[in-house]
Amino acid sequence: MSNLISGAKMLLECLVREGVDCVFGYPGGVTLPLYDAMYDHPIRHVLVRHEENAAFAAEGYARATGRVGVCCATSGPGATNLITGLVDALMDSIPVVALTGQVSSKLIGSDAFQEADTFGITRSCTKHNFMVKNLAELPQVIHEAFYIAASGRPGPVLVDVPKDVFQGQAHYAPVNAIHLPGYKVYTEGHSGQIRRAATTMWEAERPLIYAGGGIVLGKAAPELRELVELTNFPAVCTLMGLGSLPGDHPNFISMPGMHGSYASNMAMTHTDLLIALGVRFDDRVTGRLAAFAPHARVIHVDIDPAEIGKNRAPDIPIVGDIKRVLTKLNKIVAELKPAAAGRNAAARQAWQEQVRAWKEEHPLTPAISTTEIKPQHLVSEIDRLSNGQAIVTSDVGQHQMWAAQFIRFSEPNLWINSGGLGAMGFGLPAAIGAQFARPDKLVFSLVGDGGFQMSIPELATIANYGLPVKIVVMNNGYLGMVRQWQELFYNNRLCAVELDCFPDAELLARAYGFKGRTIDKPAELAPALEEAVKEPGPYLLNVKVAPYENVYPMVPAGGAIHEMVLAPPQPVAVA
Amino acid sequence: MMQILSILVENKPGALMRITGLFSARGYNIESLTVARTLDPTLSRMTIAVDVDPKIRAQVLKQINKLVNVLQVQDLTEAPSVARELILLKIRASMDARTAILKEAEIFGARVVDSSTDGYAIEVTGDPEKLDEFIDVMRSYGDIQVTRSGVVAVSLEIKKLKLAPPVPAGVDAPEPNGVLQ
Repeated sequence: MSNLISGAKMLLECLVREGVDCVFGYPGGVTLPLYDAMYDHPIRHVLVRHEENAAFAAEGYARATGRVGVCCATSGPGATNLITGLVDALMDSIPVVALTGQVSSKLIGSDAFQEADTFGITRSCTKHNFMVKNLAELPQVIHEAFYIAASGRPGPVLVDVPKDVFQGQAHYAPVNAIHLPGYKVYTEGHSGQIRRAATTMWEAERPLIYAGGGIVLGKAAPELRELVELTNFPAVCTLMGLGSLPGDHPNFISMPGMHGSYASNMAMTHTDLLIALGVRFDDRVTGRLAAFAPHARVIHVDIDPAEIGKNRAPDIPIVGDIKRVLTKLNKIVAELKPAAAGRNAAARQAWQEQVRAWKEEHPLTPAISTTEIKPQHLVSEIDRLSNGQAIVTSDVGQHQMWAAQFIRFSEPNLWINSGGLGAMGFGLPAAIGAQFARPDKLVFSLVGDGGFQMSIPELATIANYGLPVKIVVMNNGYLGMVRQWQELFYNNRLCAVELDCFPDAELLARAYGFKGRTIDKPAELAPALEEAVKEPGPYLLNVKVAPYENVYPMVPAGGAIHEMVLAPPQPVAVA
Repeated sequence: MMQILSILVENKPGALMRITGLFSARGYNIESLTVARTLDPTLSRMTIAVDVDPKIRAQVLKQINKLVNVLQVQDLTEAPSVARELILLKIRASMDARTAILKEAEIFGARVVDSSTDGYAIEVTGDPEKLDEFIDVMRSYGDIQVTRSGVVAVSLEIKKLKLAPPVPAGVDAPEPNGVLQ
């Protein structure tokens, strides 16, 4: 029968119907039939050098576009290597579909070669997962996986496919509808609550908009901006929400939380109406919950009902898709404006001035020295060269916090970092995914010397595909953030944080066939970054920065966010 | 406090694991769990007794509701409902205590399901507190061994099952459309 096709081909057909153009993966024994089907298939397969990076690259792709990123690994070690990326996507609500091979159905449970209980292991690492037991259900499952990954609160979905399902032959009938009766997605938002929110907003004296990753995921940046401009309320964006309001917007304060600015944290503490949009009141933002926004009524909009009231009970809860809710909210806010905007206008004016005064009192200004490169100086130079337009990926730690403080993003999907999970080794592979997704964009991968050394294998992927990613290593010779905590909270007993050996960047890059350089003088910084940007291919710039610089402001763990440490303790002069 | 949940779940692979995994991941302590198929063999009904801080009762429900295969969760803790548990109890008793044991069993509505020279096997159902008392009484007559089924409960309210409608598959699928009431 000529119209029978293999399970592997059927899977690729489903990917095409989902609009997938590229898959980040690594082949292995049980995925051989799938890779054989890919041999002459238009979907591009990007060969990474470690499966963890396939998951991170798929996330980079998804975070840069808002579309589902796809990664693929073989059974056993291939699947277990995906885990960190899956959890990372789960924590930051990133739509990813992971395809894993499994040993043949008849071998499952026999401790076969490269067998692992992927379905069991990934249950808690995914939004949902599937094991395809027979070929007939494969197309249905693939479409369900994409639907679950992308809809509602997005997240990673894994599909485990035994080798015999890839190899089986069957008629392929495209699936037109999927039915998940228990999977409810609440999108519209309760109109009564939306009206209440709008009314409450015009009653506030010290309102503050608190926008998060939900704005980016919900593609609601234009609606957020409209709300900000309609009301002229000040706004903060969380680490995950940076770029949802342009970094140079006059109403934008900065990031709040543990390393947030003084003005942001003071505004959070003194506001009387917190308008929380697509946020989850994360502990890194709120500090000690009992002392967080103590005077505020709270409007909380989120698509996930479980986020409402999880950490802070809102006065006005709204469950819905942020774009749709904001569209309705803006309409009512605009309707009410002529009659209501006058009320409390003087108080709101004073509040605006108070926020401005806080900004001026302790501004976020990058430290700059003439003798050593300050890490803040490095991120400000990246800010200058990217002009709000470049994609910047990062790992986790000091470099990530400085980037979040000083790089101003003009739109969402430019700032790509591991927020919730805080995974080292994320930035470089995420940059690979982002560059594939956005070949038109300048992509900086700003990483620490620790995280970079977790991702070195991917230099081969970058060289292999000639990706013009600008890898900038903020190299202080330490695991900087861990050192900062040992210094401040463990009596400076530095343990296992010195990274004494770092490869010669020029030689390392040359070994992979592209350019690299190490700099350590402030005067070299701007020209070296410019040279990296001008280079048509990849570039590795190793920047030796002041080794003992710490990130401030800082809210000690468990502290209230207005109790910030603004600067390092100063030595006392002895007469 | 003890929260009693009744969960209607699709009989898909891993359904039980998803629920127990959620409980352990979020630090909720399961006191008992029973599960069996419903009249519709594609569905199962679970009754879970969970020991939680009253403040997070709503959170527990919401987290379970997020599971893709869960069709309905009901909190029966304070709702009109009936909760029952089954106990199978073995008691070793001397001949002179046996009559008294039978009398006590009768008071609790228990049935003897096996009798031997060693003693009795007794079956009893009831609400969990009453069964605790039964166990205490039996213990006073001799060595006992107990197997408890865990609580099963049924809501006395009629609650309509709300299900998500089918959606088109593929990249052109429109966004879903729903309001949380």
